[in-house]
Amino acid sequence: MKRKTRRLWLVIACVAGLGTAAGLTLSAFSSNIQLFMAPSQVVDHPPAADRTIRLGGMVVAGSVKRERQGETPINLFQVTDGQAAVTVRFEGILPDLFREGQSVVAVGSLEPDTTFVASEVLAKHDETYMPKEVAEALQKSGKWNPKFGPPPDAASWNAMTGKDTAAGKN
Amino acid sequence: MSPELGRFALALACVFALAQAILPMQGARRRDRRLMALAPGLALGQLIALVASFLCLVNAAVTNDFSVANILENSSVTKPLLYKITGVWGNHEGSILLWALILGICGAAVAAFGRNLPSALRARVIGVLGGVAAGFELFCLTTSDPFDRVWPAPLDGQGMNPLLQDPGLAFHPPILYTGYVGFAVPFAFAIAALMEGRVDAAWGRWVRPWAVAAWCFLTCGIALGSWWSYYVLGWGGYWFWDPVENASLIPWLSGTALMHSAIVVEKREALKIWTVLLAIGTFSFSLSGTFLVRSGILNSVHAFAQDPARGIFILALLGLVIGGSLTLFAWRAPSLTTGGLFAPVSREGSLVLNNILLCSICAVVLTGTMYPPFMSLLFGKTISVGKPFFDAATIPLAIPLFIFMGFGPMLPWKRAQLWPVLRRLWVAALATLAAFAVTVIGLSGVLPILCATMAVWIIGSSLTDISNRLALFRVSLSQSIQRAKSLPRSAFGAALAHIGVGVSVLGLAVMSQAQHKIVEVHVGQKEDLAGYEWTLTDVRTVPGPNYMAMVATIEIRHNGHLMTVMHPSKRSFNSQNQTTTEVSIHTNGLSDLYGVIGDKHGPDSNPTYVLRLHYNPLAPWMWFGALIMAMGGALSLSDRRMRVGAPRRAPAPDVVAAE
Repeated sequence: MKRKTRRLWLVIACVAGLGTAAGLTLSAFSSNIQLFMAPSQVVDHPPAADRTIRLGGMVVAGSVKRERQGETPINLFQVTDGQAAVTVRFEGILPDLFREGQSVVAVGSLEPDTTFVASEVLAKHDETYMPKEVAEALQKSGKWNPKFGPPPDAASWNAMTGKDTAAGKN
Repeated sequence: MSPELGRFALALACVFALAQAILPMQGARRRDRRLMALAPGLALGQLIALVASFLCLVNAAVTNDFSVANILENSSVTKPLLYKITGVWGNHEGSILLWALILGICGAAVAAFGRNLPSALRARVIGVLGGVAAGFELFCLTTSDPFDRVWPAPLDGQGMNPLLQDPGLAFHPPILYTGYVGFAVPFAFAIAALMEGRVDAAWGRWVRPWAVAAWCFLTCGIALGSWWSYYVLGWGGYWFWDPVENASLIPWLSGTALMHSAIVVEKREALKIWTVLLAIGTFSFSLSGTFLVRSGILNSVHAFAQDPARGIFILALLGLVIGGSLTLFAWRAPSLTTGGLFAPVSREGSLVLNNILLCSICAVVLTGTMYPPFMSLLFGKTISVGKPFFDAATIPLAIPLFIFMGFGPMLPWKRAQLWPVLRRLWVAALATLAAFAVTVIGLSGVLPILCATMAVWIIGSSLTDISNRLALFRVSLSQSIQRAKSLPRSAFGAALAHIGVGVSVLGLAVMSQAQHKIVEVHVGQKEDLAGYEWTLTDVRTVPGPNYMAMVATIEIRHNGHLMTVMHPSKRSFNSQNQTTTEVSIHTNGLSDLYGVIGDKHGPDSNPTYVLRLHYNPLAPWMWFGALIMAMGGALSLSDRRMRVGAPRRAPAPDVVAAE
């Protein structure tokens, strides 16, 4: 086998390998990417029911309710970004770090009745963490300007937005 | 006092590292033996200074010195002693110091075990390691000083995140870091070889043990981390595909490729340039993985905004190490001679295929990990890429890898015939067919069936390979034993590591069939899952050292026969208003029964409890397989020919390099 032929084989094999990888990546991207959406975006542009999205925001203080269907425990809570609130329905055990007035990410899809059914709820390990989208939404609504120091205390901010979203809905 | 000593020792280590980076390097350039001979002493001096510095920090943690900001933020008086010590590396500053310490150990190890290296090569390797170490020690001193003081010193610290208070996580970072940092040695060898403009079989022989050792640690580190998330986080899964985990998987994949391509360099002097590039790439992935992803810079722009100095330093350091080495590669690689010829069907060919597939998987994982941060940085769109993406994109690439893993090691070097090799594998092929039939009935889903079948193929063909080499059942047993004695241990090591892959893949494939159930029950209520009857018999409150625990008692029966009693609990830590979930796992080696207790609801007279019950078939095999892989690597390392300090001297490089 000549050096040139060997090199040709190597190039063909590399192109085949990386080409397959690229193809698989693209096809997986087109069907498996989860968009991150803030509650206001979900309200403005409801995603299709078969689309899995990540809903991020703050848990509205006092909104956590629980129900039982037979033996299955169900958690209901509202997630807000200060502009709008979306009700999330989650079957299972909420994570240890889940708190009212703190940030949360719910993975799932939006039902036709505008309830968000979550298959997974993630609470951040860091209590002071705020999802970027939430921070941006806060800034847009004029409730927080990073120039004037850290974001307002979660509890006060949350009570404030809880009221605002309730008003916005009516 | 001792924190200041620690800081001084760290500064001293940094000076040693700078000297180590400059003097031996100059010595190698000017062929000055005295300067080159400084390298081992400087590496040892740096290590001693780093150990002293690290001990000062451990001392501050053990003696509850809350005037040190790092201890104040991460420790408290009530924390158990073990976690006071292990908590030292449970935070950013301490983990960077640990990183530097391990790099120091690597440098000293090259100095100690590398006595048979040519002196110029050794001086350059130690010099490169010194340069990298100097960068990190400078980073530690200037932007993340673990010895910063606060005044006035409070009486008690703020305590550690209770989630981290676990033996699995206590030892996970040192092992994982040893894996990451270990790849600095092949990297240093690659840079040194580029400087010398010479890569030969001897170079391959020197690099491979370091790559194998680093790979073993990384394998164990990843497995330990995954096991921790399985039994501590209590969500029933074992791998999130989140950036932090992928940051360890990417260098593992490219490190696996490196370990295999170094064989070709050693045996056939081919793939030299590629191996050098892989060595550079693997360490670059280790570095950028830990520092970009762990520090959260790519995940959230906030981390950058909070501490710009730190972020810029990290980026500059990464740019210098990665950009510098790649520039050197682009400049010097063309001068490296290309080596031996081989046919596409040959051992070399199969190792090339292994490299292409591993690197393709690596590229897919890298793309999936980097795509979301880049999308948010460039287009302001926040997206997330999770398990469905990685499953769909990596498994189809892994399956051909598994197929070739079966017969690749049996192909002869240079030129091979496929058919005679495949014919020898008929037993393994039959076992694979049988496994396919069984899995089609027993498992659901195309990918799990294929993966489980391939796992049997890998295990079967590895066993066949070894039994062929020993001529088992063809000659007498004593002759086989004789053959086993003369067979290099690295052959057994490779087969064992491949069997480990098979065991892990089988575990992963069957684990995809896990079942779970979330229920809200009264005490005494029965639940059925996976043929087992789970009964919550009791829930009580038990005080712990720094928490209160709600402990449940769940009895599990199978066909009316009591299998086990498990006690999952939920702990509330008083210091930080935090709760953690303590999973209870009953394993019989073939499957795990996994119980989690959630919240208590309803009136105190008749409360209900949320339970999550999992049945995880073959779950222990996933980590057991990783352990076997690491054992295979260790067995290879014990091979006489691989041992770095082996009495048999490597051939003089001047002779080997005569091409």
